Amino acid sequence: MNNIIVLPMALPIMLGIILIFLRPYIKTQRVITVLGLLATIGTSMYMLHWIQTDGIIRLDFGGWEPPFGILFVADSFAVILVTVASIVTLICLIYAFSSIGEKIENMYFYSFVNFLLAGVNGSFLTGDIFNLYVNFEIMLLASYVLIVLGGKRMQLRESLKYVVINIISSWFFLVAIAYLYAQLGTLNMAHISVLISESGQTPLLTVTSLVFLIVFALKSGLLLYFWLPGSYSAPPTAIAALFGGLLTKVGIYVMIRVFTLIFYHEPQITHTIIGILAGLTLVMGSIGAIAYKDIRQIVAYNVIIAVGFILVGLAVMTQEALEGAVYYLMHDMVAKSLLFLLAGTMITVTGEKRLDNMSGLIRNYPAFGWMFFIVMLSLAGVPPLSGFIGKVLVGQGAIEAGSYVLLALAFISSIFVLYSLLRIFLNSFWGETIISFDDEVPMKRGWIVSFGLLTALMFTFGIGAEYFAPYVADAANTLLNPQIYIDAVLE
Amino acid sequence: MKINNVILRTVTKISVFIILTLAVYLFFAGHNSPGGGFIAGLVLAAAFVLLFLVYDMDTIRKGIPIDFKKIAAFGAFLAVGTGFGAFVFDVPFLTQSFDYFEVPFFGEVELSTVTIFEAGVSFAVVGVVITIILSISEDV
Repeated sequence: MNNIIVLPMALPIMLGIILIFLRPYIKTQRVITVLGLLATIGTSMYMLHWIQTDGIIRLDFGGWEPPFGILFVADSFAVILVTVASIVTLICLIYAFSSIGEKIENMYFYSFVNFLLAGVNGSFLTGDIFNLYVNFEIMLLASYVLIVLGGKRMQLRESLKYVVINIISSWFFLVAIAYLYAQLGTLNMAHISVLISESGQTPLLTVTSLVFLIVFALKSGLLLYFWLPGSYSAPPTAIAALFGGLLTKVGIYVMIRVFTLIFYHEPQITHTIIGILAGLTLVMGSIGAIAYKDIRQIVAYNVIIAVGFILVGLAVMTQEALEGAVYYLMHDMVAKSLLFLLAGTMITVTGEKRLDNMSGLIRNYPAFGWMFFIVMLSLAGVPPLSGFIGKVLVGQGAIEAGSYVLLALAFISSIFVLYSLLRIFLNSFWGETIISFDDEVPMKRGWIVSFGLLTALMFTFGIGAEYFAPYVADAANTLLNPQIYIDAVLE
Repeated sequence: MKINNVILRTVTKISVFIILTLAVYLFFAGHNSPGGGFIAGLVLAAAFVLLFLVYDMDTIRKGIPIDFKKIAAFGAFLAVGTGFGAFVFDVPFLTQSFDYFEVPFFGEVELSTVTIFEAGVSFAVVGVVITIILSISEDV
C-alpha cells in the first residue's frame, strides 16, 4: 500500500494536534516535534529512493479512483522539495529552541510550525487542484498565526497587509479554479492536462491560465512582491527564516507544476509572460537589494531575486533549465533560511537594524562571520557551493533557448546579490568592533549548530551535486514530459 | 448589570433541549441524507451560544467546565485519527467502511467508520465556534 506518501503531510498534522494537549510541557513538545520531523525526513528520503526504482507513486484517498477522488502524487520534483522543506524546518526549529522565548513557545508555536509544514508538504504532493487550494490555506492559516505571535506593533501592522493580500489572492485562486472546472468539469490535474491536450488550449483556457499566473505571482512574489519585504521582516528570526525558506517556494513549485503539466500548449503567450515577469522581478529585486540599509530589507529583496532567477528556468523550459531550477530551489531553501537566521542574529546581538550602525562583528564572533561569508558566496554562485550548479544549468538552458536577455539579467542579478551582501559583510563584520568583549552577547550553542548544519547542507548540495543528479534529472524529465505524470495517475 | 429576563430564561430552558435534539438528529442523518457532522456541530454551538447569551458567562463556565480549545483539538484528533486507521488495516488513507448489525430494540442499524470521522468534525466545529465567540465577547 502506498499510504506512506501521505505521511509528510499527515504526520505533522497529527503531531500538531497532539501538541495542543501538551501545551504546558514545552520540553516534551520540543522532543516530539524533533522526532516527528526526523520521521518525516526519513520517510521522504525513502520515498525519493523508491520513486527512482518504481516510478511515480500515487495514493487515492479512500480508494476512489482518479479522476473522481482526491489523490496525492509523489514524483521526484515534489519529494525532493518535501525532503528539503522538512530538513529546513527542523534546522530552523533548532534555532528557535534557544531564541524564540517561552512566551511564544507557550502559545502553540510548535503546533503551528507543524501545521505550516503540513500545508507546505501537502501542496507539494497533491495531485488535485482544489486540494492544492486547501493545502495552501492550511499553510497560510498557520503562517497568519506565526507572523503575529509575539504581538509587537510592527507584526500587527505587517500581518494585516499579509492577511489581506493572501485573502485576495486566495479568492483569485478560487475564481481561477471555478473557471477551469466550468470549462473542463474535472479537478484532477492529470485529467485536466489530458482534456486540454485533446481539445486544444482554447483562448479561454489561456486566459484562465493567466488568472492562475496572477495568483501564483502574488503568492511567490513574482513581480507582485510589494507585500513581501515588510511581512518577512516582521516576525521573530526563526519564523522569518521559515517563511523566507519555504513560503515563496511553494508558489514557485505550483507555478512550475501548472505551467509544465497543464498549460504548456501556448508557451509563446504564457511562458513569454512568465519570462517578462521574471526579468522585471530580477531588475527590481536587484535595485531593492542595494537600495536599503536595513539588513532585513536587503535579505528580503534577495528572496525576490531568487524567485525571478528560478522562474527564468521555467520561462525557457529546456531540460537543463528545469534541472537548474530544481537545483536552485533546493539551494535557495537552505541558503535563504541561513541568510535570514544570520541577519536576525546580527540584529539580536547588536540591537541595531541598519548595516552602517554595526561594525567589527567578526572580531567578536569569527565563526558567525565566516558563515555569513560562505552563504554570500553560495548565493552569488561560487563553486563548489550549492548555488553554482543551479546557476550554470539555468544559464546553459537559456543559451540553448536563445533567451539572451533573460540570461544577462539572471547573471547580472547574481552580481547585485553579491554586492548587496558584500556591503553588509564589509560594513558590519569588518572594521572596528563596537561590542566590547565584556558586554558581548554570547552566541548560543543552538544558534551555531543550526548555522553549521545549514552551511554543511550547502556544501553537500554543492559538492554532492553529482550524487543528486539522477534525482534532479528525473524531476526535470517528468516536468518536461507530462505524459509520464499523466500515465502514472490515470494509467 | 443583572438583567432579570424571566421569559427568555424559561423559553431557553426548553428550547436548548430542542436545539440539542435537532443537532443529534442532524448528526445521525448525515452521510446519507442532508445533515452531517459540520452542521450538527454548528447547531450544537448555537445551543451553547444561546446559553451564554441568556445566562452570564460565569454560570455556564461553572456548569460546563471544559476548555473548548481542547474540544476542537480532540475533534481534529479524532478525524485525522480515523485516517490513520488505514495504516492498521492496510487500505488507502481515509478509506471508510460500513456494515449492518442487529441491535436489540433498535433492529437493524448501519454502523460506519465515517460516523467517527463526523463526530470528530462536530467536536472541532463546536470547539472552534465557541472559542471564537468567547474570545470576541471577552474583548468587547
